[in-house]
Amino acid sequence: MKIYNKGPVFLGIVIFLALALFPFYNNFGKANKKLDIKTDTPAILEYEKVNGKKECVEPKAYMRGEHMVLINNWRDAVVRDDNRGYLSSTGKRWNMSLQNGCMQCHSNKKKFCDECHNYMAVKPFCWDCHIQPVEKEETQS
Amino acid sequence: MKALVSLIAVLLLALIAYAGASVPAMRFLFGVVIPYAAFIIFVVGMVVRILKWASSPVPFRIPTTTGQQKSLPWIKHSTIESPSTGLGVIARMALEVLFFRSLFRNLKTQQVGDGTQVAYGEAKWLWAAGLAFHWSFLIILVRHMRFFIEQVPAAIQMIEGLDSFLQIGAPLFYMTDAVILASVTYLFIRRIGIPQVKYISLIADYFPLFLILGIAVTGVLMRYFTKTDIVSVKVLAMGLISFNPTVAETISPMFFTHLFLLSVLFVYFPMSKLVHMAGVFMSPTRNLANNSRMKRHVNPWNYPVHVHTYEEYENDFREKMKGAGLPVEKE
Ligand code: HEC
Ligand code: HEC
Ligand code: HEC
Ligand code: HEM
Repeated sequence: MKIYNKGPVFLGIVIFLALALFPFYNNFGKANKKLDIKTDTPAILEYEKVNGKKECVEPKAYMRGEHMVLINNWRDAVVRDDNRGYLSSTGKRWNMSLQNGCMQCHSNKKKFCDECHNYMAVKPFCWDCHIQPVEKEETQS
Repeated sequence: MKALVSLIAVLLLALIAYAGASVPAMRFLFGVVIPYAAFIIFVVGMVVRILKWASSPVPFRIPTTTGQQKSLPWIKHSTIESPSTGLGVIARMALEVLFFRSLFRNLKTQQVGDGTQVAYGEAKWLWAAGLAFHWSFLIILVRHMRFFIEQVPAAIQMIEGLDSFLQIGAPLFYMTDAVILASVTYLFIRRIGIPQVKYISLIADYFPLFLILGIAVTGVLMRYFTKTDIVSVKVLAMGLISFNPTVAETISPMFFTHLFLLSVLFVYFPMSKLVHMAGVFMSPTRNLANNSRMKRHVNPWNYPVHVHTYEEYENDFREKMKGAGLPVEKE
């Protein structure tokens, strides 16, 4: 098979391959990150001591996918309907609040929310207004 | 009918993936084996297709001329619409690829009056919908790179930010999602709505439309409605590109449906009209400079014609010519 106009044709193929294979060589030789999500904050440990188990406001699998929908609904309920009581699917009552709910337990925002969000490149804009939990700078050993 | 067949084909494919991925043992097939195979077919298929095209010689300049070609200095030259230099060609191709310049000229033709006259009018909807579709597809593709790069570059995060700047709902609503659904729907309705277009439409036209619609719909369902474990999807994606994939239990069948339809698209791409992605760059009516009057272009397969010059002729017959009293150049 004779190829005509070799210069531009091969340049085109090289560009195509460079784009199509980008993820492969970009990541070549790098170890894949392991997520390290920590749920061992004082509030959660305290909760575990009292209730005998760790739990979130809803089952973990649900929280993983739907937590942003959940807090969005919470916000609407609080801000629009002045309703702060949440009855979960497990039959428990929770105080609907970002700072006094989620972040009370998940006070380790950097090792929890941010661990996922940075990995997935999501930047919730909530913290433009809401105050983040105060965290001690971890001393890396 | 053709549209219906295509729709049913895509629905069946989606169903196969959804049902298949509901069986735990099949997840590896749908999450790893099929995507790898499809990607290889896509890349190799595209290269083969390009080489096949490149094996046809393009000896002469055949650009469609849509402007004044380079001529006398006092005639205004249209440097992009009828380029005479490589730079002009690059500008022309960029307009074509990025903004569908030639489709912008699309006209509609109608008989007017008693039917003996023809009138031409603007017809920009196809151009607008086509452009909206291709750009939103590209932006979605670029945004999806967040699954394949560990430290997502700022440029991609900026695109995410711009795409979601309306800040509606949680997770934030992406404008391109609405645009791609609307524009693909329009492209489909156009095909069945205009009788002439319907007449020339084939399964090969409907099927890719439904396939892409299927990919977009499953994606939208996954982001805004049924949800899945996105973090594990990224772990799978990163695993795939480092040849060490792990398929988590928590990934929902909807994701595998999304991925399977995409795999079908990858396989279908190089062997269908969709390969115009590469073809547009190789269209001789676009990518050649209109310089036939400046450069001589020789056909490479010209047959080597044996030429007998006058000089040789005279050498052969000089004596006879002299004898007959004919003038000769050399004595
Ligand atoms: C009572 C303390 C508590 C509160 C309040 C709470 N969480 Fe949790 N959350 C937990 C614990 C404990 C876990 C780990 C559950 C497990 O491992 O089964 C968890 C798990 C999660 C997970 C899943 C993490 C993973 O690894 O998949 C998300 C997401 C989450 N929480 C978000 C939230 C959000 C958002 C709120 C506010 C709406 C909230 N949590 C409120 C204690 C809490
Ligand atoms: C423009 C500033 C602003 C931004 C950005 C913002 N909020 Fe709020 N939020 C408020 C204000 C003001 C209230 C009302 C506080 C009150 O009445 O106690 C509120 C209340 C809430 C509440 C219920 C009250 C409570 O105690 O937490 C929730 C839940 C909430 N916001 C969640 C969110 C989430 C999730 C985001 C990000 C997606 C977000 N907010 C972004 C200003 C903001
Ligand atoms: C298991 C990983 C994980 C954890 C832990 C987690 N998130 Fe998320 N969160 C995500 C993912 C993934 C998304 C993006 C979903 C998408 O893009 O479809 C998200 C999105 C959000 C959004 C919507 C933002 C947007 O721009 O669309 C909010 C708000 C949010 N998370 C709040 C929180 C808060 C508050 C916490 C900590 C209490 C938390 N998340 C913990 C994974 C996590
Ligand atoms: C041609 C390629 C693809 C197209 C056109 C496409 C289209 C879409 C669309 C329109 C969405 C809706 C949300 C959004 O716009 O981000 C989406 C979501 C999604 N896609 Fe794709 N997709 C493609 C390839 C892939 C691939 C290769 C993966 C595998 C990693 C993937 C995984 C996902 C996931 C997990 C979601 C949900 C994202 C979220 O919730 O934020 N897609 N897709």
